[in-house]
Amino acid sequence: MTQAQLSAASLLGDRVGRAPLSLRPQRRGLLSPVVLAAAVVSLISLVPLGFVLWVALDAGWDTVVRLVFRPRVGEFLVNTLLLELLAVPLCIALAVTLAWITERSDLPGIPLWRAVAVAPLAIPAFVHSYGWISAAPSLHGLPGAVLVSVLAYSPFLYLPVAAQLRRLDPGLENAAASLGKTPPAVFALVVLPQLRLAICGGALLVGLHLLAEYGLFAMIRFDTFATAIVDQFQSSYNSPVANLLGGVLVLCCIALLALEALIRGSERYARVGSGAAQIASRHHLGRAMPIALATVILFAALALGVPLITVARWLWSGGWAVWPLEEISAAFGQTLALAFGGGILAALVAAPAAWLSVRAPSRLQRLIEACHFYVGSLPGVVVALALVTITVRIALPLYQTYATLIIAYVLLFLPRAVTALRASLAQAPVELEWAAMALGRPPLQAIWQVTVRLAAPGIAAGIALVALGITNELTATLMLSPNGTRTLATQFWIKTSELDYAAAAPYALMMIVLSLPLSLLLYTRAEKAPTR
Amino acid sequence: MMMIPRIAALSLLAFSLLSPQAQAQETGSLVVYNAQHENLAREWAQKFTAETGIRITMRQGADLEMANQILSEGEASPADVFLTENSPGMVLVDKAGLFEPLAKDTLANVPDTFRPSSGNWIGIAARSTVFAYDKTKLTEADLPKSVMDLADPAWNNRWAASAGGADFQAIVGAILALKGEEQTKSWLEAMKEGAKPYRGNSAAMKGVNIGEVEGALIYHYYYFGDQARTGENSGNVALHYFRNEDPGAFVSISGAGTLASSKNKAQAERFVQWITSKAGQAVLREGKSFEYPVGSQEAANPALVPLADLQAPKLDPDKLDSQKVTDMMTDAGLL
Repeated sequence: MTQAQLSAASLLGDRVGRAPLSLRPQRRGLLSPVVLAAAVVSLISLVPLGFVLWVALDAGWDTVVRLVFRPRVGEFLVNTLLLELLAVPLCIALAVTLAWITERSDLPGIPLWRAVAVAPLAIPAFVHSYGWISAAPSLHGLPGAVLVSVLAYSPFLYLPVAAQLRRLDPGLENAAASLGKTPPAVFALVVLPQLRLAICGGALLVGLHLLAEYGLFAMIRFDTFATAIVDQFQSSYNSPVANLLGGVLVLCCIALLALEALIRGSERYARVGSGAAQIASRHHLGRAMPIALATVILFAALALGVPLITVARWLWSGGWAVWPLEEISAAFGQTLALAFGGGILAALVAAPAAWLSVRAPSRLQRLIEACHFYVGSLPGVVVALALVTITVRIALPLYQTYATLIIAYVLLFLPRAVTALRASLAQAPVELEWAAMALGRPPLQAIWQVTVRLAAPGIAAGIALVALGITNELTATLMLSPNGTRTLATQFWIKTSELDYAAAAPYALMMIVLSLPLSLLLYTRAEKAPTR
Repeated sequence: MMMIPRIAALSLLAFSLLSPQAQAQETGSLVVYNAQHENLAREWAQKFTAETGIRITMRQGADLEMANQILSEGEASPADVFLTENSPGMVLVDKAGLFEPLAKDTLANVPDTFRPSSGNWIGIAARSTVFAYDKTKLTEADLPKSVMDLADPAWNNRWAASAGGADFQAIVGAILALKGEEQTKSWLEAMKEGAKPYRGNSAAMKGVNIGEVEGALIYHYYYFGDQARTGENSGNVALHYFRNEDPGAFVSISGAGTLASSKNKAQAERFVQWITSKAGQAVLREGKSFEYPVGSQEAANPALVPLADLQAPKLDPDKLDSQKVTDMMTDAGLL
């Protein structure tokens, strides 16, 4: 798994995180070390991009032409384009449908269906794949890749769309209806345009995941740039071919970011009337009820039933023999340690940038923040390739160390930490800090005792988000981890590569068990997030 | 206000969970770069540790990935021992001069057909190329006589291979060594047209089993391993051995070598010696790997066709040119 900055943003009710102008920087003395720290993090986050540029320059134009402009790379490009063009619109359609049912219809059991729509998040993408190839062994190629990725990634779109739908002011819709528009026309002309930002953000996130994901597509036998890079890595380590494919993949990511910025545009929707907005009434489904019910049940069966039943089936047929407790508990312990070690470090590293964006917005701060965000949109395989090559060639003491692995995790999941911290810092009033200082606390103590305490839930959520990402991370872990490291994800991967699906099942279960509380935490925070 | 101590405690706890690994890399223990199947290598490592007290830390990877990794690491490689599934990875490291020559009594464990003349590395297991076919669709008369026949357009879209894997690349290496560059090039081009790509030999065999393709060019033990587990992925599969010294009868040698840069050379040598000894080779006969033992003293698992009956082509493992193979496969659009 990688970058979930946008889901993080929507989950944590960001976009309220901008500081009012009155909170201009007050303490220059404290500010400059913060700027310095944030700038250092930004420079480190530029390392993978620098690596890709260096690879292209180092290889020389002739090699680039020979290794990149060849039919096989064209195949990857076509595959990637088809995947994006099919999976993203399908994901949008699915997520908007689910969001409308759970937020605007009178279907019974709404809390249950909301949970169902979010729950696939707790199942790692490659476990979705594992479920499907066990249930339908001949499923492969583009159809398989589209089906599984749409099911696995739909929560990334459902979450922001549902949240947006909940906070819309129904006044506009009522006005349109009173002017004679039919309900479908109201939805298409009034509601959908107001969902545009949420859809764009979620779709970008899904699109980036499609570019970055390795395990899901390798298992369902669909070739993308990410799978090709890993294949090349496995036959030639950090060869120019792998590195150059990494460069092409980075270009794809940048193209996607640019496309989203273009489509998103600069229009914004805001409610300016005084008083509280009315709560939208739920549409009476009537005879459409069975269809809505069938939709949510079908989604639950495909997105949750298939993977969970597969895991249960393999656990059952494997019996006690597939539970080597010592190995599993060791992998569980290491995963937990890496996840929380990485989570805590990411929160610390993200703090300066988050602080600046709330307390001292400026042009430099925007640049710093952009650096923090771009790196999270890079695929794990590219960041890992960069760090492998750099450590083995010029920073040997860091080669194959936990330090390097954790740096990779922090870079990959930095946006999650920044958004979480930014939102929670914005909700801690600076006036309280001033009051504490006026009462005699030194500045650092005041920050610690007032602001950090108030921001603690957000910091915890940031750590949880990063930990969730690390728990399910596969490619960077495989390529960077120190000798002897076994995480749940890598063990699951080794077992499934040998078709030992029964032995893989306990690891899949443990990953779900570990992801579940983290996802639940995020879900309840999203539910409680300020609505307007 | 208790946050700092709590975070500090949590971080300490987190990193203390990682520390057993760090301790395993002290002296008296070995770092093994393992490209063999994890289960097999782990069984070797566990039995070796039980017998000698020398602890083993394994890094898991693929043949040529790890060989190239060792080349990149050079003198600084943390690896003491390198284990592969096929010989090309061994040859790559050997040509770079990074292996420590093995002791005479270690080499004596294995007949010279299963080790290079240099004595810098040694065979630890062997696997035979097979054509795993769908016995519900093909009879023996329908089977290709030679692996070269698969280039015939009549076989288009009927057979499978895992082109990305070191196993298959070793088979191509044998074709290249036995049939020369021209024939290999046209065979690879025909393969790009006619073979369905799978990721991994197990996946290719599973494709045969569920009727997606009629046959797959893989190694023999995937079939026996699955039969010994649930048989779920091989119920419709039978094996065809090409024999007649055909390139398709290629027997690939899994190798082990100790690295010249190792700081634990004595222990490293001891591990390689143990794997090739009677105790190490018995793991191949008794375990679930179904690979052939190559040690002088050990017979194969009775379920297997004896190695001597396979009529494999005679090939010096040094002749398998992995670099040339990956270049040719990249040019053919297979990688």
